Amino acid sequence: MVIKTEALTKNFGKITAVNEMNLEVEEGEIFGLLGPNGAGKTTLISMLCTILKPTSGRAWVNGFDIVKESGKVRKSIGIVFQQASVDDLLTGRENLELHNLLFEVPKAIRKQRIEEVLSIVNLEKRADDFVNTYSGGMRRRLELARGIMHHPKILFLDEPTLGLDPQTREHIWEYIKELAVKECMTIMLTTHYMEEAEQLCDRVAIIDYGKIVVLDSPDALKNSVAGDVVKIKQKIPDIEKIRKLEYVMKAEEKEGMLYISIKDASKHLQDLLSNTGPIDFVEVRRGSLSDVFLHYTGREIREGEAEGGFWERMMKR
Amino acid sequence: MSELEGIYAVWLREAKIYIREKERLISAVISPLLWIFGFGAGVGTTVASVSGFSYQMFIYPGIMVMTVLFTSLFYGIYIIWDRKLDFLKEVLVAPISRASVFAGKMLGGATDAMVQVIYLIIIGLFFLNVPFTPLIIIEAFLMLLLISLAMVSIGLVIGANLTSPEGFSLVINFVMWPMFFFSGALFPKSNLSPWLAALTKFNPMTYGVDAMQGIILGINHYSLLLDTAVLLVFTAMMMGIGIISFRRM
Repeated sequence: MVIKTEALTKNFGKITAVNEMNLEVEEGEIFGLLGPNGAGKTTLISMLCTILKPTSGRAWVNGFDIVKESGKVRKSIGIVFQQASVDDLLTGRENLELHNLLFEVPKAIRKQRIEEVLSIVNLEKRADDFVNTYSGGMRRRLELARGIMHHPKILFLDEPTLGLDPQTREHIWEYIKELAVKECMTIMLTTHYMEEAEQLCDRVAIIDYGKIVVLDSPDALKNSVAGDVVKIKQKIPDIEKIRKLEYVMKAEEKEGMLYISIKDASKHLQDLLSNTGPIDFVEVRRGSLSDVFLHYTGREIREGEAEGGFWERMMKR
Repeated sequence: MSELEGIYAVWLREAKIYIREKERLISAVISPLLWIFGFGAGVGTTVASVSGFSYQMFIYPGIMVMTVLFTSLFYGIYIIWDRKLDFLKEVLVAPISRASVFAGKMLGGATDAMVQVIYLIIIGLFFLNVPFTPLIIIEAFLMLLLISLAMVSIGLVIGANLTSPEGFSLVINFVMWPMFFFSGALFPKSNLSPWLAALTKFNPMTYGVDAMQGIILGINHYSLLLDTAVLLVFTAMMMGIGIISFRRM
């Protein structure tokens, strides 16, 4: 167990940001914390990184107690924060050099490490430019490079692609996947992008109001609730009949369309359509984590919401 | 060893940024020039002489202290900006002690102030004919460094405990101006009314100004030993409070 929490709790006055959370993360996993802004993801990560002290409960990172052995925890982890934390008035290389000093990288291998991480994130050519000339994606890459330079056992990524364009986002995902394999790192990331959690994570915990609602691999989560969704348009739909079919998990009418969740479209679609009678329109899609989220929390996650999350930032103060 | 490297890293970042922010370098030269040539020369026309020196010369040590005082205290505001922009987090999660982070920041602020001191010494040497000898320059430099360490510590304490730059400016004004006005930087300490005399006695800056007037002009009110002792104790206290504030951050 690389990360373990026991009834970990953080209160900010009357607000409970993290509520008696129990969590175990295995070595080498990419573990995702998925939830809307203000769900308590950043607060949880801040406690695990020893930036915030828990109100109650305990947690261990790399086997060290986050309160009593915070120094040892800090030596085991790398962090990429939600907001940019690289220095604008320094060059990329200078930012990395400072990190080397702060995180006690042995002198003999400092230069080599810098070259290493720069090549992983493809920033060799821009390393000696000031960071204020970098694009958002390049800053993120520099922060990733910095986060892994001291070869941490565990890497925390707080909304690693927040505010980046889709193309850059996919690049960052590639880098993260590569890191997990190449450096054998355990990665814990927060996100409120469904796609990010699906693409990257071995396991995902859906978090809402400071509690873990459900925890499993993205595929298992999708199969357990969503399966496949068939969207049908009919003149006179017979919902009751469809609901009685044993493979139909859910059938609902919304805005003149019929949404039918079935376990496996490849097996049951033919039978379903023979039961519905004549139709005007049909569309089949794989269930997504959005459906899972909706199922467990009863509401939609609001993707691409305003930057940063007001409450989460307020709570960090 | 690693703690020392941590201190060095924090200081290095401050020093590099200071050199690259041209506005800070320029304002560092202009404000003391205004005081010496604007205020000092102006008031000097109505005041004949103080303790045998022209008024401009009399306030020169006080202006040195003032420059160090203002720059050092205001340096604390960068902590607030750093926190707002998350720059500081990178340092706060590093495996070095908060005392080292504090020490690095403190030395960074003192560096800003001491760059100004060098300007002031050059101005004094070439434009005001201040009676400098190499020994006097070394003594003055060390004394101003001590004052700077104390004042940067106060600034960092205030910065670490506040979250808004506006709040910082407000609080710092209540600290800075009384410290400056009741220090004897602009007037001699003899013939003061009793309440003003009492105020100056409790102001640590009084001893800094006194020491500087002693070192440069030879007109100290207290002994240099007492001045240094008071400042050392005060600096140690402020550093202690500063480290505690950083631990709670």
